[in-house]
Amino acid sequence: MGERLVDAPSLSGTDTAGRASGPSQPVRGLSRLFRRHRRLGLLSLLSPPVLWMLVIYIGSLVLLVISAFFALDPKSQKPTTEFTTANITDALSNESAIRLFLQTVVIAAIVTISCVLIALPTSFFIAKIAPRWMRRGLMVSILLPLWAGYMVKTYAWRAMVAPAGGNKFAAEGRGGGGFLASQLGWTPGFSKTSVVIALVYLWLPYMVLPIYAGLERLPTSLLDAAGDLGARPMRTFRSVIFPLLLPSIAAGSIFTFSLSLGDYILPRLVVDGKERVMFGELINSTLGAPNQPLAAAFTVWPLLVIVMYLFAMKRAGAFDNL
Amino acid sequence: MRTSYLSRLLLGAITVATLAFLYVPLYVVARLSFTKAKSVSWPGDGWTLQWWREAWNTEGPREALMRSVQVALVATLIALVLGTLASFAMQRYQFFGKSSVSFLMVLPIALPGIVTGLALQNTFSRTIDVGLFEFRIGFGFHSLVIAHATFCVVVAYNNVIARLRRSSPNLLEASADLGAHGTQTFRYVTFPLVRSALLAGGILAFALSFDEIVVTTFTSGSGFLTLPQWIFANFARPKSPAVVNVVATFVMVLSIPIAWLAQRLSDGGADT
Repeated sequence: MGERLVDAPSLSGTDTAGRASGPSQPVRGLSRLFRRHRRLGLLSLLSPPVLWMLVIYIGSLVLLVISAFFALDPKSQKPTTEFTTANITDALSNESAIRLFLQTVVIAAIVTISCVLIALPTSFFIAKIAPRWMRRGLMVSILLPLWAGYMVKTYAWRAMVAPAGGNKFAAEGRGGGGFLASQLGWTPGFSKTSVVIALVYLWLPYMVLPIYAGLERLPTSLLDAAGDLGARPMRTFRSVIFPLLLPSIAAGSIFTFSLSLGDYILPRLVVDGKERVMFGELINSTLGAPNQPLAAAFTVWPLLVIVMYLFAMKRAGAFDNL
Repeated sequence: MRTSYLSRLLLGAITVATLAFLYVPLYVVARLSFTKAKSVSWPGDGWTLQWWREAWNTEGPREALMRSVQVALVATLIALVLGTLASFAMQRYQFFGKSSVSFLMVLPIALPGIVTGLALQNTFSRTIDVGLFEFRIGFGFHSLVIAHATFCVVVAYNNVIARLRRSSPNLLEASADLGAHGTQTFRYVTFPLVRSALLAGGILAFALSFDEIVVTTFTSGSGFLTLPQWIFANFARPKSPAVVNVVATFVMVLSIPIAWLAQRLSDGGADT
């Protein structure tokens, strides 16, 4: 940064008489106004983004929850203005919906844990073991697939897990199945396992990135000190590395957990549509029923869980590591 | 840190396995875009450019690509303005409710896309009465831009505020000591300081918008498709897996220089 400051044209912009030769009078007047009234400066900076978020986003969320309290006209299948708690009661007590939601939470949790388990050794190797000249290249290689696009990668997993024969895609070709079936002779096929694997694949870089950043900030001397005090690698990991990395892991988990929890497109590609795997599919099909109020009522589940999760992660220090 | 040869080897092997995990699926799609067979079966059947030619001559993917780029550009612009304003406010002032602002910014990206999508769809479809007049936002290009800008703000905000936090407040004082007034300090000190963060945040926001499908599905209305929507609409059609392979490969290739640029920009910022 230093050299840029030196390069910058004369900062003073004043002539010998001490009169500024910078911007025109109105602009200067404005900046003086802000200096005198700091609150005005704050207000003009903060209100556009905060109003946008509050009015458009929070406002929409509130409207969504309100819309869950309107009854559906059975004939036109359009929401009426008649107040009812039936939708909310149904969404919160429907057993199969709750079971599906729990399954979705479990899938999101498994995805998050798997991402942590893969990201920890990988980012440790890149940050602390790989030679310095390799680090940047390795990190770029981890992050590059992020750019390939959600649809592209989801579609790629369809090509990976397609089972041999029996399915319409393999049948069109020579029937050898997808990459896994023909190269490894084993494939999870179109199943829940494929959903988990593909979700891990999609969100893994979001976990590696904060953990790597956390490890980079972690002084190597700290690890040496633990070793000098007689800690074995596992003990160093448990008592030194892991506690210091918790905020980073929390930051990464916001992405892996939330993005997995809401997914409903991916199951359509890597599961062949007979049963619902993710809660989002239920919301989507309810909306298409069409029963907008009930769909809105169903969103209360993920809404509650994610907001609670975000508060927990905020306490874990995740927001300073995003 | 002293680690045994064996554990170094093990960690190295895990890293190689992770990279293989990340790249094999992409390779599979790229290879399948050149195969003669119209399927996702592996290994493909010989080599052909037929699908690339077909994809090039079909209007669908090209229109979808243009639409995605347009939406992403406008949404990125809005997100950059809003995110930058918020980050300056957060950096310079103390105020009531400050800790909720970053929470508010991250919410649209942390909440499941289907919740965000459903909420915005519900709002856009309603006639909203504000007393003096009533209006309905409706669906189309503008509703997509509003929705995308909303979840892109956090990216711009995070990039700019990270840069502001890293840069020394002394720079502003030095500038003032040298006689610069507010606008000059902004022009010669603050703006050059955040310029690359803005660009990096802009690229990330663009990528986020370009890639999004769930909120997009709920807020685009009928009439046109973005590129991810086009892929989703076509992957299951009997004739098109081959063309989808081509479009997917094309997006991957397109992303490489952009990713490289983004990486360079955020690296460049690390030393400041």
